[in-house]
Parts: sequence; structure tokens; C-alpha cells
Amino acid sequence: MQRIGVFICWCGSNIAATVDVKRVAETIKSEPGVVFAENYQYMCSENGQQLIKQAIREHNLTGIVVGACSPRMHEVTFRKAAEEAGLNPYMVEIANIREHCSWIHKDMEEATEKAVILVRTAIAKVKLNAPLTAGESPVTKRALVIGGGIAGIQAALDIAEAGFKVDIVEKNATIGGRMAQLDKTFPTLDCSACILTPKMVDCAQHENIDILSYSEVEDVKGFVGNFHVKIRRKARYVDETKCTGCKLCMEKCPSKKGLNEFNMNLNTRTAIHIPFAQAIPNVAVIDSTQCLKFKTGKCGICQKFCEVGAIDFTQQDTFVERQYGAIVVATGFKPIALDNFNEFGYADNKDVITSLELERLMNAAGPTNGVLLRPSDGQHPHVVTFIQCVGSRDTSGCGKPYCSKICCMYTAKHAMMIREKYPDTEVHVFYIDVRTPGKNYDEFHRRAVEQYGVDYIKGMVGKVYNENGKLMVQGANLIDNEQVTIESDLVVLATAIEPEPSVRKVATLLTASIDTNNFLTESHAKLRPVESPTAGVYLAGVCQGPKDIPETVSQASACAAKVIGLLVKDKLKTNPCVAMPDEMMCNGCSQCANVCAYGAITYLDKEFRIGGGKTEIRRVASVNPAVCQGCGACTVTCPSGAMDLKGFSSKQIMSEVDAICKK
Amino acid sequence: MKEVETKMLERAKELLESGEVARVVGWKKGEFCYDPSPATFESVEELKDFTYDWFCGANLSKYLIQISKKEGKTAVFLKPCDTYSFNQLVKEHRIKRENIHVIAVECRGKFDIEKIKAKGISFVTGAQLDGTQVKVSTLYGEETLEKSDVVLTKCATCNKDYQVQDEAIILHERTKKDVDRFAEVAKLEAMTEEERFAFWREQLSKCIRCNACRNVCPACSCVKCVFDNPASEISAKVNSDKFEEQLFHIIRAFHVAGRCTDCGECSRVCPQHIPLHLLNRKFIKDIDNFYGEYQAGETAEGKTPLTSYTEGDTEPNDVFKGEAK
Amino acid sequence: MQEVTENKEFTPNIVAFCCNWCSYAGADLAGSSRMTYPANVKIIRVPCSCRVNPTFILKAYQQGADGVIICGCHPGDCHYVTGNYYTRRRIALLFSMLNYMGIEKERTRLEWVSAAEGQKFSAVMNDFVKTITELGENKRLTDLRVKEGE
Repeated sequence: MQRIGVFICWCGSNIAATVDVKRVAETIKSEPGVVFAENYQYMCSENGQQLIKQAIREHNLTGIVVGACSPRMHEVTFRKAAEEAGLNPYMVEIANIREHCSWIHKDMEEATEKAVILVRTAIAKVKLNAPLTAGESPVTKRALVIGGGIAGIQAALDIAEAGFKVDIVEKNATIGGRMAQLDKTFPTLDCSACILTPKMVDCAQHENIDILSYSEVEDVKGFVGNFHVKIRRKARYVDETKCTGCKLCMEKCPSKKGLNEFNMNLNTRTAIHIPFAQAIPNVAVIDSTQCLKFKTGKCGICQKFCEVGAIDFTQQDTFVERQYGAIVVATGFKPIALDNFNEFGYADNKDVITSLELERLMNAAGPTNGVLLRPSDGQHPHVVTFIQCVGSRDTSGCGKPYCSKICCMYTAKHAMMIREKYPDTEVHVFYIDVRTPGKNYDEFHRRAVEQYGVDYIKGMVGKVYNENGKLMVQGANLIDNEQVTIESDLVVLATAIEPEPSVRKVATLLTASIDTNNFLTESHAKLRPVESPTAGVYLAGVCQGPKDIPETVSQASACAAKVIGLLVKDKLKTNPCVAMPDEMMCNGCSQCANVCAYGAITYLDKEFRIGGGKTEIRRVASVNPAVCQGCGACTVTCPSGAMDLKGFSSKQIMSEVDAICKK
Repeated sequence: MKEVETKMLERAKELLESGEVARVVGWKKGEFCYDPSPATFESVEELKDFTYDWFCGANLSKYLIQISKKEGKTAVFLKPCDTYSFNQLVKEHRIKRENIHVIAVECRGKFDIEKIKAKGISFVTGAQLDGTQVKVSTLYGEETLEKSDVVLTKCATCNKDYQVQDEAIILHERTKKDVDRFAEVAKLEAMTEEERFAFWREQLSKCIRCNACRNVCPACSCVKCVFDNPASEISAKVNSDKFEEQLFHIIRAFHVAGRCTDCGECSRVCPQHIPLHLLNRKFIKDIDNFYGEYQAGETAEGKTPLTSYTEGDTEPNDVFKGEAK
Repeated sequence: MQEVTENKEFTPNIVAFCCNWCSYAGADLAGSSRMTYPANVKIIRVPCSCRVNPTFILKAYQQGADGVIICGCHPGDCHYVTGNYYTRRRIALLFSMLNYMGIEKERTRLEWVSAAEGQKFSAVMNDFVKTITELGENKRLTDLRVKEGE
């Protein structure tokens, strides 16, 4: 009947040094059903695999057990080998005698005995294995990019260039993201808008890219290759197809007191507005919380003046539903709130600003037209003090435990730009460490110190307070070992960054794992850094971890490569180890569907013979094998045991239990 | 009780005669006054055996699984506790609600013939409630017992209310009892581990695996039981050893956890008088403690405690904290 | 103390159910980091801790296991999103019931071990083996036929 072959690997000395591999093979030979048992130095090697293949053919094996390293390491290798020899790949079981045995035990006798039991356990299981065939599911050749910052833009462009359709879903009225708010970029000091906006335009003009701005992902169903996504298109009260971006409405709008979020609330904007000059799409949006028409019912001036009749106050949120094969998450970041950092006086002093606010104050399109003026009195500051690591590397619990990575470089950039434009300005930087790994990064920082004479002070700032209109920055100078107080006109906080909070909802919808800091987790920190553990979901930019623009763009392109690699396939193989109900035993009680995280279980009314020539209709569960991920939650919920899991059936697990427990 | 029975009978006749329902599910007289059994009446004629008295303790809900599949509507008389099982079965898609006409009937607790016999009274020919006392008539005359000594265990702590009804036949209001249905469970919890083990060992060793508990239980309504399913590796027809006595009852209680409405039928029918309801009640008590109060069968919708979760649920290793309260 | 000396010769048989994605990987890490734990712990790989049916646990005791431990991803980190949340409820109720029936509560344990927690895996197993060794043989939930046949 069963003809089992057992292959014990030495793994060089990794296993053989503590497990008597020959004895294991000898002992196992006499196990019922075992017709072949051999040991070899490296089973995973070409020769080792040959040995397995040859044994399968010569001994007509119906199942094999490999006593070797963890199945997480070489299960796939041995399954392939078996398949090449004509054995179903799921007729292979691995006994983990390395990680779970030889490496953790020192006594040879004890380890050998355990190895025998582990191999026996695997034999008991493999005897109950059934040949399984991986199913196939088609791939929808369209990608979704969530987030329209530089990460999303780059990923979308690369995917589109390869010939696949891409949709960018951006929650704001325009794509561009954080990069659009920056003035210059390190280490080359080129203008951020000058390098970003052409890419934004490319997106808008690309025939394969569809930009869904002012939209959010509402629901995600399905799985790799077949995501079904519902997208909410928020009402912008302006018909996107009609608006020409002429800005006449903005001139006429009487409600001008809205905070301009693009300029970090440093100035105001009208209720109907286009976020910034180069916005894509170049279409206005009405802030309904500010618009008089919505607040009082009176006004509607913009509607009167709009020459193309684009204004529509009755617009409602709409939903679009689309199919995607792959999803790139590029939701980006925001600076943290500074509520926990009262010592820096951010809330009390207008002239204590964040670095991102400084970007706007330095930008020609910003609230001061690029002239650095203090927010409090519009005067030119003569002493500017930067404080680094505000909320980063913070183990007190007030901020974030991680390094935000970009602050050292942009602070050097800011210091340099101020010294360049206003050589009469004194610039001080308080830092804990200056971290500048990266091509031309340290050189950049040195230039700030050596060429531009920026005063770097190693030490923490204890307090910033206002004294006679001056901001007193009190800190330590650790090098000179003294307390210093710097009378400043402007204080800039290098605020820690955190993932955009909406990423939590996205992660839940995608069943993508997320860490305690709200960064999305990659599948493998080193070897699969752009893949989420959820198949078909990829991560680009700061949503995965702090990074600067060059790194973000690289990661976005890496994501695109992964997405393209997925979308070129016509079909995907699915995991055959899925749940399967025994219809004869199923009650149709819905308990299994209640615990299924994937919505893989539906119910059918089926006709059953009940004897005496009669039939009855019963409600029974049905599992979609392409959707089922094989966790087994349903199997335990099922009271009658009708639901079982292929590859991990109750019988198989029970047989393993028996093999371990029986002495 | 006689007036209630008369009203029920009248209504049953009406429904059958008018053709509104194809059948009525109720109780029919047995050989003795104390052994009425659940029955289906398909014609007015058949109703001659209809009865409803102090011994009609059986829960009729489970029968509706099969009956509701039949053609035509079915009228059923449900006591308060039965309505919970009914809802739970509707929730699990086992009963076709649209095929059932629920008539809520009065119940002020049912009597346990075993308890009467235990008082040394035999040849019982009838029993009637008289205030807080029960008048038991026998071939040898009348005996008076306290009601609290005579009611079924499941009725002693019952404070249930009708959860579903299309109409009602209720002549006397029920009085709320001031009892803690978990008192017995708490008593066991307060024992030492050895005492608890000894208690259950003794109780479960009486099990003859007759499956009466399983057959009567409205939650144990599987098309085929896991203990009859060879793929489960726990299938068995008999308890071959002490372990299986425990295994069977732990798993049975576990399978109905979160679905058991505490109708108490398991203990009522156990020929060995094993207090099986104390297993189910333990789960109910734990569920209330760990996950918030939950009564299975209160509604016919929603998830059960074991098919839902919260992110901050009690950790399994913490369930013993604060035990033996 | 006396009990401990009495049980000196006793080496318990322990079954560990480990989820494939976290705890099994954690056990692998314990191995590759050479963090030792006693050889009487044997691991059964399951896709998720929610695959562990209470019948598996009871069956292990029947067949002569002296301790059973279930390991899964930390709540919130389940590879299958919600699997271990169901595990947590089921196993909590099972533990409570076993205790209620007078089965030693130390005999069964649940631990959340991530793929990065090799050290924790080893520490947990060492501690569990120590606990069970002190507790002694499983006599209450065992198949007597198996014992008598020995």
C-alpha cells in the first residue's frame, strides 16, 4: 500500500554532529510503510535531490519524509524535487531535525531519540497526505496605487510605462503629496517643484494612468490578482470634467479666511480653491465647512461667475468599484503633533515653527513669496536656531522611538539656504548626533559647517521661552560642557515624522500587517522589503519606514517592478491547502463564515438523498479555494467537524499527536 | 393550567380547521399523567390526545428543524425557555422562520416526577399548583409538597421571558425569582482542584453514553455529530474508558458554548442524573465574565461569543485570576 | 520540595502546537541561535493557532502527553488577520473548563511568540518543562488502557 521513503540529511555537521543520522535512518527502516531510508550529507544539494528523485522512481514511493532543516527553509526545494520525479509535491513532509533538534540539544543520545520521534511523526502525517493540486486564478491586469505623493507617482509611472493600467487614489484634491510642499531638496539643492511637477504632469497625461483625486479607498475584497476595490469619490462640488482651472471663482469667493493647509496654515485661502498653482488635476474644490453657500445657504457667487458651469452644490459622494491585480500602498507621512513638547513653546510662540513650515516660508510660492520673514511680525530674523530630534529617538514615550532619518539632512539644507540667501543671519543647530549616511550626504553636511559657517552645537535643548520679544533657547553644549542660552528670532523644530494616520484603515482593509508605530510591515526586512505579507500588496515610501526622496523613489520603482512581475502573469497558482466542507455533515449554520477573515465561505441550497427515494434541500457551506488562505479558523468553529483543512486535516494532526505521545 | 390547556386546544382546532396551519406541534398524553411527550397533530381528530400540564417540560424547538422543512405552516407552542432555542436555531438557519407560527404559552415552571418519587410518593395520578405548594394526587390519596422541591432543576432558576411570539396564551403572570443561576457553578469553583476532580469524576463515571443529552439538546442539532464523524478522530459509540467520559462531555459543552441557551434539557433527560447543565452554565458564566453578558437566543441575529472577539480580550493564562471568588 | 525529588526520574512528554508564521519561525530562530530547551518538547506545525481544535489537546492527553502548549502570533499580528483572536477566546474557555473539572491548570498553556522571539520561545519551553516536571505525570486526563498496557 503505502511506500514511504525517508531521507535524513546531515546538513554537513549541523545535524550530524548531534544526531546520529545513520542510526535514525536505520531505526526508521523498520517503521511500517517505510520501504526506503537513506542518509546523505546535503539533501538540498543537487546530488541530494538526485538521490531523492532516484529513490522515488526506483522504489515507486508514494510519499517521502525528509529529515532536515526547517520546512520554512527547504520544503519548496524538496517538493519541487518530488514533482520532477513524478510524485505529487504535497506527498512530501519535512521532519525538522535541525532547528528543532540538533541545534538545540547537546546530548547525542537525547537528540537522536528525538530525531527518530520527529521523523516518525512526519511519517504518520505523510501517510495521511493526499495529492493536492494548486488551483489557478486569473490576474486582473490593472494596478491600484493608494497615495499620490512622489512614491505613488513614481510607482504609477513605472507600471504605466510597462503597459499596464494604473489608478492613483489620492485623498487630497491634488496629487503631489509632501514633496510638493518642499522648497529645495538635498543634497543637490534643486527645486522640489521643478523636479516633481513634470512627473505630476506625466501622470495626468499618461494614457495608462487614471488619477482619482479627492478619493479614498472604502472597501477591499478579494486577493492577489483579483482585488475588488470600492473607492469613495468625495464630493468636491466642482465638476472635474468641466472646470478649466481658470481660478476666477477664487478671485470672487467672499469666504477668504480658510487656513491654507498646503502652506501649513501659515496663510489663508478661499473656500473654493485649487491647492496650488501646479495642482493635478488643476480643478477647484469647495471646502464645504467654510463655504457660505453650505453654511448659510446664501452666496453661490462662484456658480454665477463660473463660465463653464462647473460648480455643483448638490454633488454627493460617489463610489466607483474596480478590479485590480496588485495594490501599492504609498500613503506617506505627516509631522507629529507637538502637544507633548511644551518645552519648545511651539503652541505659545508664532516664531517657533516646524521644518515643514520653514519650507513654505522659504518657498517662492509660499505665504511670504520666498522671503524669510518671521510669522509674528513679518520681520527678517537675524538669529535662527534649529533644534533637531524633536520627538525622534525619544524613549520617554512623548515622541517616537525611531530616527526620522531625514531631519539631519534637511536641517543642514535649511541652515545652508538661510546662510546663502541672508549671509547676515546667524544660524545655530542643536543636535544629538548628525547622521548623514548616503551618497554625497556627509559632504553636504560638512559644507554647511565649513563653507557656510553654521554653528552646530552638540546637545539637547531644555527650554525655549520668550523674553522681551526674543526667543531664548536654553540648551547644553556637551562638547564645551556648559549651558548655553541663545537669543533667537526664529526657532525651527526638526519634527519627527509618522505615517499618515489614514494608513491604519488602509491596512485593515488590505489585511496588511502594521507595527506599533503604524508603519506597514514588510514581508521580510532584508529580502522582501517592498512586499507586504499580504500577497499582491506592495509598500512604497514612508508608510513602510522613514526615508528620504531618493530612497522613496527607489522603493517605488522596486514596487513597480514587483507589480509588473505579477501583472505579466496570466494566471497565479493558489495554495491548495484550503478548507473543504464535507457536505454530508454540514449544518449550514454559518458559524464558519462568521470567523472567516476572507469571506471565502458562502452557502448553497443543495439537494440530498435521504433514503427511501426521497430527497431534501439542505443549506451547506461552500469554500472558494481561490479566496481561502488556509488558516483553519472555520475548522474549529464547525461543531460537526464537517469543515476540514487540506494538508492540515484533523486526522493528520491527530496522527502527529499520536506519534509524539505514544512511547 | 386546565384553562390554559383548553384555550390552547381551542386555538389548535381553529388553526387546523381554517387551514391556516398544516400541523400543530405540542404535547400528547402518555401512559401516565407524568409522561406526556412532544407530538405533531395534523388533524382536529388527532387533537384528542393533546395535553398541556405541569409535566410538559420538553423543549419543542428542536423538532422544528425537520418539521419546518415540510410543506405548509406549522404552529408550535413555546414556553419562555423554548423561545431562546427557537431563536438560536433560526440564527443558525436551521429553522425556516417563515414556516412557523409561534404561540407563546404560559409556563410557571414544570414538575419533575423524579423529585416527587424521591419524596416517597408513587402511583401519581396528577399534580396541581396551589399557591407555593403542589397537590399531588395518587392512587392512595393526596399529598402536599413545596413547589420548590418539585420543579425541574431547569425551572428552579429560570427567569426567562418570551423572545419570540406570533400570538400568546398566557393567563397567569410569572413571578420573577430572586435566584442566582450560577450559584451551583460558583460552589464548584470554590472547591479545591482535587475536590472538583473528584466531583466530576464521580458524576461523569455514571455516563452510559446513551446520547440522550445530545439528542434532546437544541444546540446539538448537527446533521451528523462530530462523535459520529470518523474524520474527527474522536468518533466513538461508547465510552471505552474514563478519559472518553470526560472528553465527550467537555467537547459537547464546548461545541454548544455561546450557543447554549441554558434550557436545561440535558440534565432533565439524563437517565443517570448527571448535572450536565453545570458544564454549560460554567461556559455561560465565563462568557459573561470575560466577554460581557450574553444570552444565546435572545435574538435571531448576530454573532456568538466564540465567533467574535475584541482586541483586548482576556488572555487564556489569565482566566484563573480571581477564581474561587 | 519533596515532590520534586520524587519526580526526579520523570521526564514529561510535551506537545507544542506552533503556528507556521510566528511561533514555528520563533522556534526556528531559537534553533539557529542555539538557545537550548529540553528534548521532550515536540512541535506540531499548524497554519495558525486557530487551527488547534480542543480535541487535539485532549487527544494529546489521552495518548499520554503530560503538558500541551499552544503558541501563536501576538494578538493583532496574526498572519491571517483575526485567527488568533478566535484562538484566544476558545482556549480561554477551554482552560477555564479544564480547571473547573479539576484538571491541573498548569498543564495547558498558551503563549504568543513572534518570529523574532527565539529567546522567548526557548525561555517559555524551559519554564513549561520545569513546571510540568514539578507537577508530575498526567494522571487525570489519560487513557487508562494505554497506561495499563505498558
